[in-house]
Amino acid sequence: MNRYPLWKNIIIIAVLFWGLIYTLPNFFGEAPAVQVSSAKATLEIDPVADSARIARALETAGIEQKGIFSDAIGIRTRFADTETQQRAKDVIEKAFNPDEKDPSYIVALNLLPNSPQWLTNLNALPMYLGLDLRGGVHFLLEVDMPGAITRRLEAIAGDLRGQLREKNVRHAGIAREGNTLVLRFRDAAQRAAARAAIQSFSNELQLAERDAGGDDFRLIANLSLPAQKNIQEFAIKQNINTLHNRINELGVAEPVIQQQGADRIVVQLPGVQDVARAKELLGRTATLELRMVEGTPGDERAFEIAAGRAQAPYGTELYIERRSRRAQVNQAEDPGDRGLPILLRNQIELTGESLTDAQAGFDENSQPAVHLTLDSAGTRKFRELTRQNVGKHMAIVLVEKGKGEVVTAPVIRTEIGGGRVQISGSMTTAEANKTALLLRAGALAAPMEIIEERTVGPSLGKDNIDKGFNSTLWGFTAIVVFMCVYYMLFGLVSSIALAANLLLLVALLSLLQATLTLPGIAAMALTLGMAIDSNVLINERIREELRGGYTPQIAITAGYERAWNTILDSNISTLIAGIALLIFGSGPVRGFAVVHCLGILTSMFSAILVSRMLVNFIYGRRRKLDGLSIGQIWKPGNN
Amino acid sequence: MEFFRIKKDIPFMRYAPVFNVISLLTFVVAVLFIVFRGLNLSVEFTGGTLVEVGYADSAPLDSLRRALADEGYPDAQVQNFGSSRDVLIRLPNRDGAEVSKVGEQVKSMLNKIEGPKATVRRVEFVGPQVGKELASDGAMALLFVIIGIVIYLAFRFEWRFAVSTIIANLHDCVIIVGFFACFQWEFSLSVLAAVMAILGYSVNESVVVFDRVRETFRKRRDLKTPEVINHAITSTISRTVITHGSTQVMVLSMLLFGGETLHYFALALTIGICFGIYSSVLVASPLVMWLGVSREQFAKVKAQKQEAVV
Repeated sequence: MNRYPLWKNIIIIAVLFWGLIYTLPNFFGEAPAVQVSSAKATLEIDPVADSARIARALETAGIEQKGIFSDAIGIRTRFADTETQQRAKDVIEKAFNPDEKDPSYIVALNLLPNSPQWLTNLNALPMYLGLDLRGGVHFLLEVDMPGAITRRLEAIAGDLRGQLREKNVRHAGIAREGNTLVLRFRDAAQRAAARAAIQSFSNELQLAERDAGGDDFRLIANLSLPAQKNIQEFAIKQNINTLHNRINELGVAEPVIQQQGADRIVVQLPGVQDVARAKELLGRTATLELRMVEGTPGDERAFEIAAGRAQAPYGTELYIERRSRRAQVNQAEDPGDRGLPILLRNQIELTGESLTDAQAGFDENSQPAVHLTLDSAGTRKFRELTRQNVGKHMAIVLVEKGKGEVVTAPVIRTEIGGGRVQISGSMTTAEANKTALLLRAGALAAPMEIIEERTVGPSLGKDNIDKGFNSTLWGFTAIVVFMCVYYMLFGLVSSIALAANLLLLVALLSLLQATLTLPGIAAMALTLGMAIDSNVLINERIREELRGGYTPQIAITAGYERAWNTILDSNISTLIAGIALLIFGSGPVRGFAVVHCLGILTSMFSAILVSRMLVNFIYGRRRKLDGLSIGQIWKPGNN
Repeated sequence: MEFFRIKKDIPFMRYAPVFNVISLLTFVVAVLFIVFRGLNLSVEFTGGTLVEVGYADSAPLDSLRRALADEGYPDAQVQNFGSSRDVLIRLPNRDGAEVSKVGEQVKSMLNKIEGPKATVRRVEFVGPQVGKELASDGAMALLFVIIGIVIYLAFRFEWRFAVSTIIANLHDCVIIVGFFACFQWEFSLSVLAAVMAILGYSVNESVVVFDRVRETFRKRRDLKTPEVINHAITSTISRTVITHGSTQVMVLSMLLFGGETLHYFALALTIGICFGIYSSVLVASPLVMWLGVSREQFAKVKAQKQEAVV
């Protein structure tokens, strides 16, 4: 008799039910939505208050919304159609960002699954569509790593000069040659002293002595491998940080910014059509400037000038500080949403080039602080500057797109040497982190180059979905018709198994939120075409066993059992090819490979277990069975 | 319904030399095409910029070409893509120029052209660094597949099966690529994916036949090696044709409904499926025979597996 134990049936049905649940969201589709999220680290979205604010704004504008939802990213409001969505976006934009030049919130167009709330609570989401299906821009950026290393070497060379001077070691020149630093000395004793000094100062360098004859004693310094790795990792991390900050400005709902390989960054901006603007943002260089404050930050004169009641004196310029310090200002003087006005001298004392690192931490009084590290040239200038200006304020200005903003304007308490600067006082830990990040990430660590770009218009994306869907649908229908005609009831069983395969594959893709691309849809179609192989193998085998004279029940058992070996071998060899594509492929090939590999796995389950379960339900309990509905069995002896 | 009513085993192996000569000839022709004609590689491999634009009516190709030449791109390729309203513009990378800006330049140029306005549907730019990497990645993937499949088959079957399977299926892949060289169809990344998928798919085919060969060796002690192989091919031929038919139906559906983007992908699969049947059955099997497969190689396995099989 052909029966599965109860537990096996339960497991199979449970898996199919699970597949159905996770496939469901794909049927409901997605509705246009507007997403509001914070543009600044210091500003947090309040789910209740901000939701109410959105509702109020929409109500006054007479726009109907279909629900407001908040999640970890921000608040999303659903609308009936894209036209309402557009109008609503403008309304919400105006309500949340009264000052267009300084947006505190990102208001972006997005999509929200239409599926009922209980599905969303189960984390059942529609498949994540790739850019070729939803439209948008894709960039692949390459970080100039040799450039990052050269920069670091130049900085180290400067540091070494300072260090050796301090230790009274005389050298005859320090120069960078390719990826090495060459230090020249007149005698071996000085070189030994230098070596000791360098080793106490930095463990980044590997030193080797080389004599060029005469009195030319040389010390060759190479960056150690761990140090090089550190520099590269730092460079790519910082560039990703910077990109995050900049892309926030674009108001993209779900940007993807990921490291790819050792030196590449993938940036995907779904829904963005303005490539020129996106590119300009990615390639923009920000610079840091250090200037002296005229007077004190937020003094009366600055407010007068900010209010337009006075002119900035010659040689000075009015800047606005980032909003974080607004809380300190007397409420009466609070100029609305703007930051504190500060009058700065035009002369730039120091630029970001001199800054080698910025970290958030704590000062000696356990107050949050930002620690800056300067290179040797910067250290010297900074010591000079601080000695002459004790008691005055200096300002660190971040200049982007020719527009400067004061990051912080601390008071100079004492002369600062040694290149380590600490900015502290009246900061929260979050503000310290933010300032450190801004100082670090305001500028790119190393230049980047766009090495791949793909823009897909929204109509093309829709086209691609339809085409992919149609090819799968028609192919599937044709196979089902053929199977049912050729194998009768067993063909129907095979077709149901194939449908189960499709169901599980879609469920798996939805659950994993793997990116579905057009090649992915092609892989889905191809995998279905190949998955029917397992059922053909089984059905042919059963026919063969019947032809060989077995009784129907034994033929079913033997057919499934003997086909199993073959199915396993053939699927594993296909899987090997799929995995190779997954490992070595990129872009479209990867999208193909993911679906292909998953499809092979689900096909093994559905073709063998699901179809067997159905066959068992149909035939398994019958003691007397004259024949199987598997199409005509022709025996050589019959004619 | 039943397609195949075969009374006796078909003596495939008697014609083995003929099949192999045919294979060898096709293979050589394919290699010649690849070597002398070369592949029409897509932008993904060569680097360059590709702009797809759509017009409301049929596209003014000539004025587009003239405008591009005026703009300083005399080497631009302009052709229809799918329909007469869609146009594909290909621009090769040039040294020194700001290659990543080409897309924008073309866009602004399109806006300046008089007559019907074009909408840009897709822009792709690939820098010169990427293409080389793709080629080496493709080679690595191929190597991985070959080694992986050889090891797996050698472990599950026997090294002779492994070697002949790989030879037969690589021959398929070369022939697909040969077709692309011969007709100068565009060889893109998705075609590469199709070729690799076919490699896995054809191996699958050979495995089914070899599985039968192994089984027949164990069951039928009266048959000689060529007869065993004939029997194995004959008894699986029905499944071979039906499976390939089903897969081909899917691929055909892609070819018909999938549009321009999936066109060459589906085309590569079609060629691969046709040659896959042929080579895995009629090329791999004689090879395994000539490599000297015999019953004794499975004797040990038989003793071990007897309980499981019967």
